[in-house]
Amino acid sequence: MSPPILIRGGWLIDPAHRINGRRDLLLNDGVVSDVSERALSVPNAQAIDATGLWVMPGLIDLHVHLREPGQERKETIASGSRAAVSGGFTTVVAMPNTEPANDSPLVTGFIRRRSEQANLCRVLCAGAITKGLKGEELAEMGALVAAGCVCVTDDGRPVMSAGLMRHAMQYARDLGVPVMAHEEDLTLSADGCMNEGATATRLGLPPIPRSAEVAMVARDLVLAEETGARLHLAHLSCAQSVELLRAAKKRGVGVTAEVTPHHLMLTDAAVLGYETNAKMNPPLREEADVSAVREALSDGTIDAIASDHAPHTRMDKQVEFDKAANGIVGLETSVALALELVWKGVLSPPRLVEAFTVGPSRAFRLPGGQLGLGAPADVTIVDPEARWTIDAAAFFSLSRNTPFQGRSVKGRVTHTLVGGRLVFERGKLEEQAR
Amino acid sequence: MSDRRADTPSLASRHLLGIEGLQRSEVEAILALARQYKQGLKDGIQRTPLAGKFVALLFFEDSTRTRSSFEIAAKSLGAKVLNWSPTGSSLSKGETLLDTVKNIDATLRNMDSGGPSALVIRHRSSGAPTLVSRQVHCSVINAGDGIHEHPSQALLDAFTLQERLGSLNGKRVMILGDILHSRVARSNVHCLRLLGAKVIVSGPPTLMPAGIESLGCEWAPDFREVLGSLDALMTLRVQRERQTDSFVPSMREYAARWGIGRAVSDQLKPGAVILHPGPVNREVELASEVVDGDRSVILEQVSNGLPVRMAILEMCA
Repeated sequence: MSPPILIRGGWLIDPAHRINGRRDLLLNDGVVSDVSERALSVPNAQAIDATGLWVMPGLIDLHVHLREPGQERKETIASGSRAAVSGGFTTVVAMPNTEPANDSPLVTGFIRRRSEQANLCRVLCAGAITKGLKGEELAEMGALVAAGCVCVTDDGRPVMSAGLMRHAMQYARDLGVPVMAHEEDLTLSADGCMNEGATATRLGLPPIPRSAEVAMVARDLVLAEETGARLHLAHLSCAQSVELLRAAKKRGVGVTAEVTPHHLMLTDAAVLGYETNAKMNPPLREEADVSAVREALSDGTIDAIASDHAPHTRMDKQVEFDKAANGIVGLETSVALALELVWKGVLSPPRLVEAFTVGPSRAFRLPGGQLGLGAPADVTIVDPEARWTIDAAAFFSLSRNTPFQGRSVKGRVTHTLVGGRLVFERGKLEEQAR
Repeated sequence: MSDRRADTPSLASRHLLGIEGLQRSEVEAILALARQYKQGLKDGIQRTPLAGKFVALLFFEDSTRTRSSFEIAAKSLGAKVLNWSPTGSSLSKGETLLDTVKNIDATLRNMDSGGPSALVIRHRSSGAPTLVSRQVHCSVINAGDGIHEHPSQALLDAFTLQERLGSLNGKRVMILGDILHSRVARSNVHCLRLLGAKVIVSGPPTLMPAGIESLGCEWAPDFREVLGSLDALMTLRVQRERQTDSFVPSMREYAARWGIGRAVSDQLKPGAVILHPGPVNREVELASEVVDGDRSVILEQVSNGLPVRMAILEMCA
């Protein structure tokens, strides 16, 4: 049995328990065993000095692509797990657009076994809504949920048929899992590859209008309200989507939503020069949209920050813009980028932590996301003063596709503990430290 | 014999990727050199500043006039020409654009005696020449990329307009048609604006890109209302290959609403000219009698392509 871990002298931010102050935290047997305003003394404990550091529940990323099985040159469950814990994430939800797609318990089981072998963070699975993510027939959601899937989604692809989506919601409601929706009307996005607007017009790139997202958000909110299903809106990017979401929440619709760090930090001007690392779906939008998603994150309309970690090889990106793959890696930059909103005064530190912990855990009804007595001993420690420069060459991820290369940021994950085990400490993984 | 002149003006960049980003003085320098070449062609004076150099024409997309115009221009400047085409090339074996181009670039480097040669690229993807320019030693000349830019076309259009109208300062030029899918329109907005003209765009609402005004032009919802004030009307080709069906109901309706027939053409003021980058869909964007009429400078555009492209090649290669 490993010794208890005592995290001493840190500033504990645990929004679920409204804690934002100096606390000592004792972890024992994989759970939280004491949270104390007074200094704790536990002779046999392994101590971590957290003086000057922020101690928070282990961060949860509801939206990552780990690429295994099928595209192991981009990422594997092991490399993605290393990237996750080094970025402060103790739980990630792996999207089903693998090859083969995670539309059967067989694939779910494979991913779970691989993550047990990687033995770093908790890798949870999102199962497919439709077989092969084709949007034609429902996947065996019951079997997927029984195998451990925590939500269903055809992420990366919308379910274009409203009738099928309605059935998926009715069915998922019965299973007690949320339906996560990549909101895109393909007849509106068509051959588009960046946001519609002055920048697309200047670059001569086929545009994706906002209506491609907003119209589908509207459709799915109507369906969620009618079916009583829990709907989770993935990576919102448009001001109007946020307005619809806000109104739906007010009416009591069971909807949650996430936003990515890149939609919070960048506009479509990042595409200038045909920068393929700024190509993603949904595309980067304009200033008004960035302001709207920031505001919605700040006021709680948007529940979670999720990275949409999307690793791609150099070859996938170093091509003509319209042929380049969508998406960027995010696990190792999410926290530092989101912290910029704290330094700018957009988010309070507790609100930021909430969006990385209890926000996502409530959306998917996951254990964790809080540090009450008996909660899983998943803890992330951040040095809020550490200044560093984002350098893709130093990523644990197998991929390097980031538009944030060279960006100077403030705030860095120093420790990550999963189930009471210190898996990452100051730049080194547990396995490297050994 | 190479008789590259010491006073040949050059561009700030060794590439010509678009008109956007060029200075007015650079555009004027190209046009001035083109005027010299046009006079030289007329007088039978030949200069061969590109002797010993290679110009590779890489047309990933079909073209007749641009390709042959660049080819004749390069040859008449003394360059050797590699005429590459994607059919039957390694591209059809799955080679990437960059690999294809880097191989050609490496070959040209061997052959090259007098500094960098030029790659003239046409590609269906916007930004492809920009991508290539970061990876090769040669100069890259954009001969049309996707729906982004077609700088040599805009330069020859400006050249033609200057011949007809003199200085373009304060002149009003309308670009009419499928602006959304037109690289000619984008390059022309930039180029005409640099030369002091007022540019107005119009066309079917489904083919008007968002935020077009941010390029520095004006949008006229109804082109007929401003016809009488124009010095030049540039019509664009209806690109049926871009599934125009879902943008306009039919060619007949396009012709009825945006086509230029005799009656519409007569509303232009005296001396105003009509341009078209070709190939023309007769009786769609232009009636035949307008194509072949007095205002039409379409064939002048084509013939001016040669001196303009000679000037571009001399300045870049």
